[in-house]
Amino acid sequence: AAGLVGLGAGSVRAETLEPNGWEEITSYNNFYEFGTDKDDPARYADRLTISPWTVKIDGMVDKPGDYSFDQIMSAMTVEERIYRFRCVEAWSMVIPWNGFELADLLNMAGVQAGAKYVAFETLLRPEEMPGVRYPIIEWPYVEGLRLDEAMHPLTIMATGIYGKPIPKQNGAPMRLVVPWKYGYKSIKSIVRISLVDKQPPTAWNKYSDREYGFYSNVNPNVDHPRWSQATERKVGSGLFAKKVPTLMFNGYEAEVASLYAGMDLAKYH
Amino acid sequence: MTLTDQANALLRRVPVWLVYIVCMAGAPWLFWLGVSGGLGPEPVKGLERELGELALKFLVAGLAVTPLRRFLGLNLMRFRRAIGLVTFFYVCCHLLVWLVLDVQLLAQIWADIVKRPYITVGMAAFVLLVPLAVTSNNRSVRRLGPAWRRLHRLVYPAAILGGVHYLMLAKGFRIEPLVYLALIAGLLLLRLPFPRLLGSSSRVGGDSGVGRG
Repeated sequence: AAGLVGLGAGSVRAETLEPNGWEEITSYNNFYEFGTDKDDPARYADRLTISPWTVKIDGMVDKPGDYSFDQIMSAMTVEERIYRFRCVEAWSMVIPWNGFELADLLNMAGVQAGAKYVAFETLLRPEEMPGVRYPIIEWPYVEGLRLDEAMHPLTIMATGIYGKPIPKQNGAPMRLVVPWKYGYKSIKSIVRISLVDKQPPTAWNKYSDREYGFYSNVNPNVDHPRWSQATERKVGSGLFAKKVPTLMFNGYEAEVASLYAGMDLAKYH
Repeated sequence: MTLTDQANALLRRVPVWLVYIVCMAGAPWLFWLGVSGGLGPEPVKGLERELGELALKFLVAGLAVTPLRRFLGLNLMRFRRAIGLVTFFYVCCHLLVWLVLDVQLLAQIWADIVKRPYITVGMAAFVLLVPLAVTSNNRSVRRLGPAWRRLHRLVYPAAILGGVHYLMLAKGFRIEPLVYLALIAGLLLLRLPFPRLLGSSSRVGGDSGVGRG
């Protein structure tokens, strides 16, 4: 399928995104469960067992239960999505994901009327994850979205990159991708999805709510307390590359700005 | 001949210029790695961090010279100026990479210095080291006399600020900056008068050497 770059009609930009190479995408990762250096995940994630894999879907759903990865995949339609990926550390990539819309998965489980948020949880398996020996943040890694963000057509569960199964260092076998939010919202190696009625705790927000808000929408006008978010460095552009301006909502403003109409984006950062 | 004597005899034969060359070689090597892809697909942050960590390592080494002599009898005094200047060299490289390759925009550089506490702290450490680098020559030692020693005690606050700078920029709870801070704090504590009470070393600690920190 054609890369859903700007979701068609709503997008004003005619630019085509040039994806980063496989090597860059799979060797420069933040996945602290395997270590804090950028090459630690590529070095240590191979010990992760991803088969069998079960995702518990619970909370306010009609059909709670333990869904096997194969069971989920047999019910979903996988397509390619070429998205910008902007890390809170002010670097960025363009990644050709393969995946399905999160909304399809949530609809499969049947979202009940009172549900307002979706909570996600990463696998915590110390014997396969050398990084969790250290309390870098509180384990397991947890994330959350408002239900309308989760149901947005841009929000996907990625299961592949460049048409291949997603590598372990990128969050195999299944990870969230929310392209208009900082990368840490796109939680990896998901084992649990819960529909809830209250805003769930999120990993980096628990560590420092001043630095990492619940929403974490990419916003060049709201700096991280310790660095500017106005510009970003494109991974792979070399030692002497100029930084480029960061786009509001990471370039997906036309598609998602309405989700936050009337909200103070500095307060709800 | 004790092991320490043997080590000291060996050290006396090492020319100081060799120490400069070997220790500073890390900078061009890292730069080459950054250009050739050896620091990964995003080399700027890696280069910046490696240079900063090297600065901290040499800072710790410089602070260790006096305690090593006092408590172990190992004499590295001949290399102390070299270690100090190499430290300053890596601090400058680290700062230059940050200015030219990382932040890039002049307006943002100043904003970062005043707005971001960890950068303020790092810059303060740099500023404290400048007069030390400038007076790291025999003429200054002679001209300043006892004031030279007092001036060069600025390395103590600079070291603490350097360690704090690293701790403040870490994302999440990290071990490495705590190790550096602990080493710095430990080496500074050894300079307090009380370790002299710990016995045999009191005699060595009492002698006077020019520019002992």
